[in-house]
Amino acid sequence: MKPISSQFQERLFGGVKIGDELPQLSYKVTATTVILGALASRDWRPMHHDKDFAIERNGVKDIFMNTPNQAAWFERYITDWSGPKGRLGRMKFQMKGSVFPNDEMTFFGKVTDRCADECGCGWITLDIELRVMDELKTSCQARIALPADDDDNPWKKGRQDWKP
Amino acid sequence: MNNISELKELIGVAQYRQQGEFDVERGYIWTTLASVENGNPLYWDNELARELAGGNIAPPTMLSVWFRPHYWAPGRVQQVLPLQVHFDLKEKLNLPEAVMTSNTMVFYEPVRIGDRLTTQQVLRSISDEKQTKLGTGRFWDIDVEYENQNRELVGVESYTGFGYRK
Repeated sequence: MKPISSQFQERLFGGVKIGDELPQLSYKVTATTVILGALASRDWRPMHHDKDFAIERNGVKDIFMNTPNQAAWFERYITDWSGPKGRLGRMKFQMKGSVFPNDEMTFFGKVTDRCADECGCGWITLDIELRVMDELKTSCQARIALPADDDDNPWKKGRQDWKP
Repeated sequence: MNNISELKELIGVAQYRQQGEFDVERGYIWTTLASVENGNPLYWDNELARELAGGNIAPPTMLSVWFRPHYWAPGRVQQVLPLQVHFDLKEKLNLPEAVMTSNTMVFYEPVRIGDRLTTQQVLRSISDEKQTKLGTGRFWDIDVEYENQNRELVGVESYTGFGYRK
């Protein structure tokens, strides 16, 4: 198999313990971040690109990041940690506040559970928080399958063996 | 029969089944990856995608992207909203305000470039009337199910909404 880019570590199920922390990811949000994210997810609603609309109609200080783009940020944060063989099974999130241009958002993540299912798939549960300064903006719980060893590959699990 | 009993008859019934307006395509995948600076080689390296996933696939969290309508389309007079059941509930229960309190996505078969997906919306529950800090209203659970052209389930998004009046 072609070696996976050295930027990405291939994380194996056996090497993960409950309580492990993911490396933090910080990112300075700009208006471009918000608008590019909204348009990439085909979300044309004006509160994600029109500051006057966001202030006057939504009563907030600026345009703000939309939900599908936040999901894409969480996915990136998780697979930066897992490597490309990591296969997301489930993601749940709750938004508690908006993310605006000029916010520096930081992602924090922790392993809260690990188990193997009856099909031999190794599952990791992650609790992740998106914070700006000390304020929790979005909490996320994700379940991701990791390979058992170098020859295993969760993406090859067929319908019968994939129980997300 | 009042509105609530009519609406409860819709629990478990598939509504608003529709096919996406275009095939799953790489342009949106790469634009989405660029928007979050996601360098996962599974989505950038064709050879690796073939090895790992049997071909080019879309990031799982992009499920809903394939169903948002174009901003404009010739001759269009009305469009189905991505979560039309939610807006129906607001209207029929006369609850002018609403928030989504949680959103869960479950991913099944990978979504592949060239797939044409179909979606449907299923109301799962409606609560009794509740009083919260926001106002008086009802909670509801809606599933949005997605399948590919082979009728294989590729994902389910579950939303809990709270419609209320102040």
